[in-house]
Amino acid sequence: MSAILFTAQRLTAFVLAAAIAIHLATIIYAVHSGLTAGNILARTHGNIGFLLFYAVFVVAVAIHAPIGLRNVLREWTPWRGRSLDVALALLALLLLILGGRAVFAVFSA
Amino acid sequence: MSAGGNAILDVQVWRGREKGEFQAFAVPRRTHQTVLDVVTAIQREQDSTLSYRFACRVGMCGSCAMVVNGRPRWTCRTRVAEVIKDGEPLRLEPLRNFPVVKDLAVEMTQFFDKWKDARGFFEPGTMPEKDFAVVPPASPERRAADAGIECIGCGVCYSACDVVAWDEDYLGPAALNRAWTLVNDVRDRGQAVRLKAVSGSAGCQACHTHMNCTQFCPKAIAPTYSIAGLKRAMLRWTLRGRP
Repeated sequence: MSAILFTAQRLTAFVLAAAIAIHLATIIYAVHSGLTAGNILARTHGNIGFLLFYAVFVVAVAIHAPIGLRNVLREWTPWRGRSLDVALALLALLLLILGGRAVFAVFSA
Repeated sequence: MSAGGNAILDVQVWRGREKGEFQAFAVPRRTHQTVLDVVTAIQREQDSTLSYRFACRVGMCGSCAMVVNGRPRWTCRTRVAEVIKDGEPLRLEPLRNFPVVKDLAVEMTQFFDKWKDARGFFEPGTMPEKDFAVVPPASPERRAADAGIECIGCGVCYSACDVVAWDEDYLGPAALNRAWTLVNDVRDRGQAVRLKAVSGSAGCQACHTHMNCTQFCPKAIAPTYSIAGLKRAMLRWTLRGRP
């Protein structure tokens, strides 16, 4: 299990390294170009490319972050076992729901 | 300090087990004196109850490691002049991250048990091979094994490791380094079991790459790179479906 989590975290790190770079570059571009929220929403509305990119981003975050947090908690607290794994699986689900909801909202706005 | 004449060395030596205190000794300073020479002089001439461990005195056996002025070292190959400046005391403690048996001698059972846990031994398989394995010395696998093979099991890396300090289950740099040399042994037939053994929660992925082991290894081995190699091997093995 540990090897699978390690592998999942490393692979999602590759995805996130690219996704975060694109995300930040896009934000900086949008701000410097003076786009309003309305302009941005007009561009993201119905944009399948935007939807797919951020859907992948959210899934990668939902996998990557709980595994990292699990490592931190296992190293710095006595919390171990099934309760820890269940708690972090719920965190992954929460990230997936919140992120998915936000992406869909911007896509369909 | 000149190493000859009547110079006297101030030596602080840990006495006791986990609980104890430093005891002061005054030892004549000698030319090219090693830290082990100092401990031996104390034990033979001043206090025969002082406990410590050594065997070969020439950097082969890995028995005499201690913490010298805050840093883990092999004492037989460490000259006093390397570790203290003029007038400073020499401070000797047992290795960290090991249970103390008494004074400067530590219990190494758990350390070597972890070599077994990491499958740090050659696995020949159930049937004898039909012929000798040909291992070109310049092959990448052989070079990788060569880089880590000279470990003498002194425990210096284990004493220096922060991860061992906060997780006593962590296999540690020496055991993982040994596993890495075997991962690169083309004759070995126990690779899947070994990769599984080193990829548990106390395995190679717990390493934080602080590189203390690499900094202090007296044989100039870089266990950090061995552990990084194990992480790559584990990643490939997992992506192939853990065959």
